[in-house]
Amino acid sequence: MSDVARESVLRTVQLTKRFGGLIAVRSVDFDVPAGSISSLIGPNGAGKTTLFNVIAGLSDPTTGFIEFLGRRVVAKPERGWLEPVMWVIPSGALLLAANETVSAGLPQAVTGIVLLAAFAALIATLLLASIRPTWYVVALARLGVFKSARPNDMVAAGIGRTFQNIRLFSNMTATENVLVGMHRQLHQNPLDAVLRTRRQRTEEAEGRQEAIKWLRYVNLTGRDDAVARNLPYGDQRRLEIARALASKPKLLLLDEPTAGMNPSETAEMMKLFARIRDELGLTILLIEHDMRVVMGISDRVTVLDHGEKIAEGTPQEVRGNPKVIEAYLGKGAL
Amino acid sequence: MNPIKYLSARAKPVTDPSARYLREHQSLTVVVGMALATTLLPFIILFPPFSGFSPQTVWVQGFASAGIFVLLALGLNVVVGLAGLLDLGYAAFFAIGAYTYAYGASPFAGTHFPFWPILLVGALVAALFGILLGAPTLRLRGDYLAIVTLGFGEIVPVVFRNADTYTNGTNGIGGMYRPALPVFGTFLGLDPVPYYITVAILVTLAMITLYRIQDSRLGRAWMAIREDELAAASMGINTITSKLLAFAIGASTAGLGGVLYASKVTIISPDSFGFTVSFTILAMVVLGGMGNVWGVAAGAFVVYEIQSELLKQLNGFVQNLNLPAVNIGLMTIDISKVDFLQYQFLLYGLALVGMMLLRPEGLFPNRRRQQELRDTDDATAANEELAQG
Repeated sequence: MSDVARESVLRTVQLTKRFGGLIAVRSVDFDVPAGSISSLIGPNGAGKTTLFNVIAGLSDPTTGFIEFLGRRVVAKPERGWLEPVMWVIPSGALLLAANETVSAGLPQAVTGIVLLAAFAALIATLLLASIRPTWYVVALARLGVFKSARPNDMVAAGIGRTFQNIRLFSNMTATENVLVGMHRQLHQNPLDAVLRTRRQRTEEAEGRQEAIKWLRYVNLTGRDDAVARNLPYGDQRRLEIARALASKPKLLLLDEPTAGMNPSETAEMMKLFARIRDELGLTILLIEHDMRVVMGISDRVTVLDHGEKIAEGTPQEVRGNPKVIEAYLGKGAL
Repeated sequence: MNPIKYLSARAKPVTDPSARYLREHQSLTVVVGMALATTLLPFIILFPPFSGFSPQTVWVQGFASAGIFVLLALGLNVVVGLAGLLDLGYAAFFAIGAYTYAYGASPFAGTHFPFWPILLVGALVAALFGILLGAPTLRLRGDYLAIVTLGFGEIVPVVFRNADTYTNGTNGIGGMYRPALPVFGTFLGLDPVPYYITVAILVTLAMITLYRIQDSRLGRAWMAIREDELAAASMGINTITSKLLAFAIGASTAGLGGVLYASKVTIISPDSFGFTVSFTILAMVVLGGMGNVWGVAAGAFVVYEIQSELLKQLNGFVQNLNLPAVNIGLMTIDISKVDFLQYQFLLYGLALVGMMLLRPEGLFPNRRRQQELRDTDDATAANEELAQG
């Protein structure tokens, strides 16, 4: 398969993630070709899940950045120590201005108004900042001062995911779980819900239909109203995939989707992944330990070890790579 | 496991036809149910044993006051039961609503606005304070959130107590104008009916509103956040706005309650909104059945009636028994002198402990939560049952 000709959906550029002294991901350049199934493999602790979490917006890269569909991802900046400082800048400036009005000998009323404005600015920025970052924080983010996005922004951009240890909404039904996945597809607002407008009712009814369609797509039948945590393990994995698909992603991140499954369940899952790629035209990136899955289904495999990319290519190329064998089996194996 | 997440869930999808009918016509069910309760209650208490307790007007007054607590419990249920955010300072919003009425219609403030606009403003002001409280707590969870809300709940009465110039301090604001409403009538002490009807209508509206929101995109987002905040965010839910909306909607319901309360009692002081009030409302939500609108409403009603009627009656009952004082050497026990009202919180505590041990799903649970709490270790049995059904 010639991935060079394909354009890539996701690209990481010199991505590094550091946790204190530990470098979990070290300058990884890596890309996922459109319409492919790519696998990320590596021994335990190689940094696969960390890389995944950075891509999904759960944590921010220390340096480097991510490009998704050709656009650099800076949807929402990190709420670090800098942001509270940003909040007080407008009101601080107004306080200084108030001071100036006094020294300039302006009437007291002017000073009073400026002081009131400073107070109002503080309240307003606090409120606004808690809902969305202030505009200049966003502007700084675009300049590259901040580099992170929140998970919901990544969903908006078109990345859906499942989790290594299943994280369903366990007390909600299967249909409700998928409906939560469709959150961004639904456009009703709370007022619509209170008034039960026609728009809201049709949207809910159609949403339910579509949710059930997604459940059928992953071969979950007759379990629409079952509470998620009562589903068997394999069905929970499927439900998680249905929920992720419902958010209409362009890239689907699957974190060890066949972990704990028996061979026949695994085979069925592999068929499902191929269907998702071929019928829905999605790109899939998966972390997997089961080499039968990785070698059987991947168009492309990337190997991480100690946070560094050590090999990349087709399953056949990677399988024979001495560095990969060394990482998995140790030096003596060669 | 997070106790809130553990306890709360929504109605089980119903399969039998009558239950399905009720679910599909939820608003109608609420209206009919509330209308029945509102009309029947004043007559039920004309029969023994209730008739011996107090005259009808006193009972109806009590029902109206219980209605206020039903409103408060419904609002807290949004924050605690649906969104899973433990709020221990909920009485603050009640206070804010009450003071809004005081500023809108009292000689102290020198204003006299009509009731309905103040009701709306009270709800909006409380919602604004809900957002103000919510904003700094967005990144907190569980215990930490509870502590911050506890602090907020303490700050608000303290501010009302100490800002003497604006709030008349500990004396509170009195002599508020009684609303004289078209159609409904005037909220007088002698004739409790207008107030009773107003409260009943507002409770009905609140229940319908909350049922509808719970069954919508926003309600699902709240539940998803309660179940797993990280997964919710990874499904595209903006957890920040959703949580703020939960705080705002919960607080606005308390604001409504506050305005209604102040318009009836016509005198309010900071002491009426302490931690015990927050705690009482939380106890109502938990005892009633967290996450279930009808359950919470019924729970609040029952708890209020026990507290305000039953305990009072118990005092009279025990005094009438004429039990002699018993000297047991160290002390004299005279049960006829016991004031049961003073043991209110001891009884709450005992009731909560008992409930958690015997009936953790609440007095009026819904079927799903019951199943959840009863069959936790028996998922396979549930699976088989589902496979057959």
